[in-house]
Amino acid sequence: MSNRQHHGHHLAHAEKGVVSRVGYLVLVLAALALMLLGKADVLVMEKVRATISDGVAPVLDVLSRPAATADKLVVEFGELSALRDENTRLRQENARLLEWQSAARKLSSENQQLKGLLNFAPGAEPGFITGRVIADSGGAFVHSVLLNAGSRDGVAKGQAAVTGDGLVGRVHGVGSRSGRVLLITDLNSRIPVVVEATRTRAVLAGNNSDRPRLIHMPPGATVSVGDRIVTSGHGGAFPPGIPVGVVAQSNEGNISVKPYVQRDRIEYVRVVDYGLQGILDANSAVEGAGFSR
Amino acid sequence: MNLTFWQRLDLIVRGITPFVLTLMLVVLGQVPLHIPGFAEVAPLLPLMAVYHWAIYRPELLPGVAVFFAGILQDALSGMPFGVNTLVFVVMHMVVMGQSTFFLGKSFLIVWLGFAMVAAVATIMTWTLTAIFFSAFATVDAAFAQFVITVGLFPILAWLQARWQQTVLAQV
Repeated sequence: MSNRQHHGHHLAHAEKGVVSRVGYLVLVLAALALMLLGKADVLVMEKVRATISDGVAPVLDVLSRPAATADKLVVEFGELSALRDENTRLRQENARLLEWQSAARKLSSENQQLKGLLNFAPGAEPGFITGRVIADSGGAFVHSVLLNAGSRDGVAKGQAAVTGDGLVGRVHGVGSRSGRVLLITDLNSRIPVVVEATRTRAVLAGNNSDRPRLIHMPPGATVSVGDRIVTSGHGGAFPPGIPVGVVAQSNEGNISVKPYVQRDRIEYVRVVDYGLQGILDANSAVEGAGFSR
Repeated sequence: MNLTFWQRLDLIVRGITPFVLTLMLVVLGQVPLHIPGFAEVAPLLPLMAVYHWAIYRPELLPGVAVFFAGILQDALSGMPFGVNTLVFVVMHMVVMGQSTFFLGKSFLIVWLGFAMVAAVATIMTWTLTAIFFSAFATVDAAFAQFVITVGLFPILAWLQARWQQTVLAQV
């Protein structure tokens, strides 16, 4: 009796093993199918991603606040000790910047007059949508952040995301209340740029490290370490002249760029709304004007 | 022993906590911490949950639950759909097959086992993303992520063991 029971138990166990193996096979195949579907029909999977991101966005919104607050406290503590030095440094910088300001004012008015003389047709002036970074992950394999602003705020795919320091990346996917920004360091990021001083065109290609590279340089073009790289405006969605970074290293066709924007410092991001000029109200157009000049 | 309705409900709620905790780890892993250089090497927290529950309470975090945790991880992290899903499911399957070996072993052995699982998971993720994007990511960030994931495992393992001894004691 006990033997039969044992036998039965053994059978049930083996059966369970088979069932679980079939179960795993189904799950593995389903995961592979998801990958194929993501490769074949990007739109459907982006929609699924946007829906899930939208659902979790409120939770992340709340969770990311204390993290930001704690971080701010630590930074403020550090700053407190360096206040004196910082103050002197800022005074000097302020004096220098005031000189620059007067120079800029002079150039700006001169620019206005020259534009008037030439009957210059200005390009479209961008508006902005500001979003807070609520998720920053992907680890070593994907460089992207999630914003708490989505299509209902006017964020659309392809728009440029910037901070005061420079270009952050490009809007890659949007839900109604969340938007995903692909950072310029990501493996899949390709940004048309120019070397500011020489106007040499190139493409900034991310490689999942913190130093994206310049590719597709015209033959014979040279860059030197410290050259500023800005967006070229080619390809439509990006306004020209957004600061991107400086050349950090340049040897034998391998030119790496140090971005102005540090990933860990990104807290608020402005999404540049470049194409919707026609339906924006006058106020945001004026706000945007300060940026484009 | 006859359980009242509320007792049964209590058991069910306690029983789903491993799954809920795993999902919470997925979400927690996305919170921006603003630590310089951290986002690139942020640890893969849910893998620790998959590993832990597969050894100690496999019935409370079945393969299907792991599958959905993987989908959530893929969706939120911006990875191609299916990558983490596949990695989580395969790792779950492997650990389940070895769970009798790990039961009752010292923590060092369990930690070493996790290091191996994390290593395989990292290599798998790297390979899958390389195939998906037809491009190679740098290896050093992936390695750093692996080291940090393994390094943080004891903390989470301890928390999960405490949870198991208190909340799940009667389940």
